[in-house]
Amino acid sequence: MTAALLQVRDLRTHFETRAGTIKAVDGISFTLERGEILGLVGESGSGKSVTGFSLIGLLDAPGRIAGGSVMFRGQELVGLRQAEMRKLRGKRIAMIFQDPAATLNPVLTIGQQMAMAVQAHGGGGEGAALALAARSLVRVGIPDAAARLNAYPHEFSGGMRQRVAIAIALLHEPELIIADEPTTALDVSIQAQILAEMKTLAQESGTALIWISHDLAIVSSLADRVIVLYLGRIVEYGSVSDVLRAPLHPYTRGLLDSLPALAAPGQKLTQIPGSTPSPLNVPPGCPFAPRCSHATDLCRSEPPRVGDQRHGAFCHHPLSVAP
Amino acid sequence: MLGYIIQRLIQSAFVMLAMSALVFLGVYAIGNPIDVLISPDATQDIREATIRHYGLDQPLWRQYLAFLGRLLQGDLGRSFVLNIPVLHLVLSRLPATLELALTSVLIGAFIGIPLGIYAGYRPESPVSKAIMAASVLGFSVPTFWVGLILILTFAVNLDWLPAGDRGPTVEVFGVGWSFLTWEGLRFMALPALNLSLFKLAMLIRLSRAGTREIMLSDTVKFARAAGLTDFTILRRHVLRLISIPLVTVFGLEFGSTLAFAVVTETIFSWPGVGKLIIDSITSLDRPVMVGYLILVAFLFVTINLVVDLTYAVLDPRLRRGRRV
Repeated sequence: MTAALLQVRDLRTHFETRAGTIKAVDGISFTLERGEILGLVGESGSGKSVTGFSLIGLLDAPGRIAGGSVMFRGQELVGLRQAEMRKLRGKRIAMIFQDPAATLNPVLTIGQQMAMAVQAHGGGGEGAALALAARSLVRVGIPDAAARLNAYPHEFSGGMRQRVAIAIALLHEPELIIADEPTTALDVSIQAQILAEMKTLAQESGTALIWISHDLAIVSSLADRVIVLYLGRIVEYGSVSDVLRAPLHPYTRGLLDSLPALAAPGQKLTQIPGSTPSPLNVPPGCPFAPRCSHATDLCRSEPPRVGDQRHGAFCHHPLSVAP
Repeated sequence: MLGYIIQRLIQSAFVMLAMSALVFLGVYAIGNPIDVLISPDATQDIREATIRHYGLDQPLWRQYLAFLGRLLQGDLGRSFVLNIPVLHLVLSRLPATLELALTSVLIGAFIGIPLGIYAGYRPESPVSKAIMAASVLGFSVPTFWVGLILILTFAVNLDWLPAGDRGPTVEVFGVGWSFLTWEGLRFMALPALNLSLFKLAMLIRLSRAGTREIMLSDTVKFARAAGLTDFTILRRHVLRLISIPLVTVFGLEFGSTLAFAVVTETIFSWPGVGKLIIDSITSLDRPVMVGYLILVAFLFVTINLVVDLTYAVLDPRLRRGRRV
């Protein structure tokens, strides 16, 4: 059996603040195979983005990885020196962000920015770097790529800018791309295009994708597997079809019920009662217990565990029995 | 781009026109220059002849138009005291101030910007905190006091550098310059250092603030995610992004140093325009004051024009319209 591309074990990322320690990621474990697409779903503050930044080693201070292990191609990334981590970034693990208008530097041409990204990992002279950049732009469907290298980000539309960012992520054909809500800032029609293209690109190049999103609908159209996060912990995981068709955790059920696309026309959208508790004051036991209609005393005292199933939920009273 | 330049040139012309009116009103029309020109016990005939000679019997607007007409021909009048053309006088002093001001802003930029970027990149390090503490001193300690301390330390006690005067100059294009010889540089070192301290402090704080903000931006995160080294990010991304406010301050500081290096020039007996204006004010030499103010306005307008054109070079969004 070949080792998985990425093996995350009990990852903990903490932010030390004056008010106390925020456990943004509190013991997350998952594995990712080569070429697999994994959706990380959760509300704001669920720790999904922090998980992404922890994997690529780009946590902002005062965030730090407090424990756990991230094995990437058999190499431990937790505690890896910054210089070593930098060599992996862009080369083997790339990341795409939410707002392409903010990620691209407005005062440098696309070509300059792409050439820098090429030359960050050797890549030879300016000419070779630009040729590689142009090929990458063609792959993401930017017409007249060679001429567009001299353009500045503001001369592109939002969707085109995100394509440029994706082209930069693809430059070195990384084994893993972490995409942090890259379609949230785009029009719905452009979203669909980018999603379809990302799926094709990932399949063609065998790149694994971690797609971070608050939108279960987007993840369901793209991912193979999905992990639902709540307050820095996994509440449910499984294949997209299993989780969507038969959610085990009341929180996942609540997320699905609040999707407008899945609601019957004319029917009122269901909301999850209450709001996410402060991350400084995570309830003992199941973190979702205070908002859960199925909660019992057990939920409020004992953190739920899960077995070794393919589809599981951290819940004492799952909605249906896992297969 | 050409349209933008032409538009800016027209704007500059209007600023100069407004400035000339202000200077004219401020210096010519308020108070009577005749009281300065001739002694109080001169006869009525001499008085009237002098008034006619200087056109002071004309209505104000005619006087202004005449003044403007001479100005357009490059005639700023003659110094009452020295009886040589004002333009000549100011231009003979300007190079000394020009090279002093330029040297001091360049010292400020080449030392201040890297220090500020470092302080913004590593805000928590002891070195950064020392840089910031020093920059507060640069702001708050008065220039004249620093000048005296510099003279006391480096000229009197250590005897490393001359205490004042311009020293030897080298003629290029008929103008004497200090910066071309080692000896000239030695004479320029202390006044330039004295003038640069404030700019140094200001550029440190500006670069630090800009760097701190940009280091947290998604642009830098994305560049890091692409595997760029921090040095490349600072040099290629951050420096470019913070340069626009820096250019503004650089231009303004250069202009105000040119115009108002008075204190430093006086302390170090540097024969620049700052000393000239002080001398002309003491001797009530009105044409020199007016000519000087007009030239200063012209320098400011020119520097601002250059700064605005530099914006367009630095920020492509100002060059062309948004194309979606």
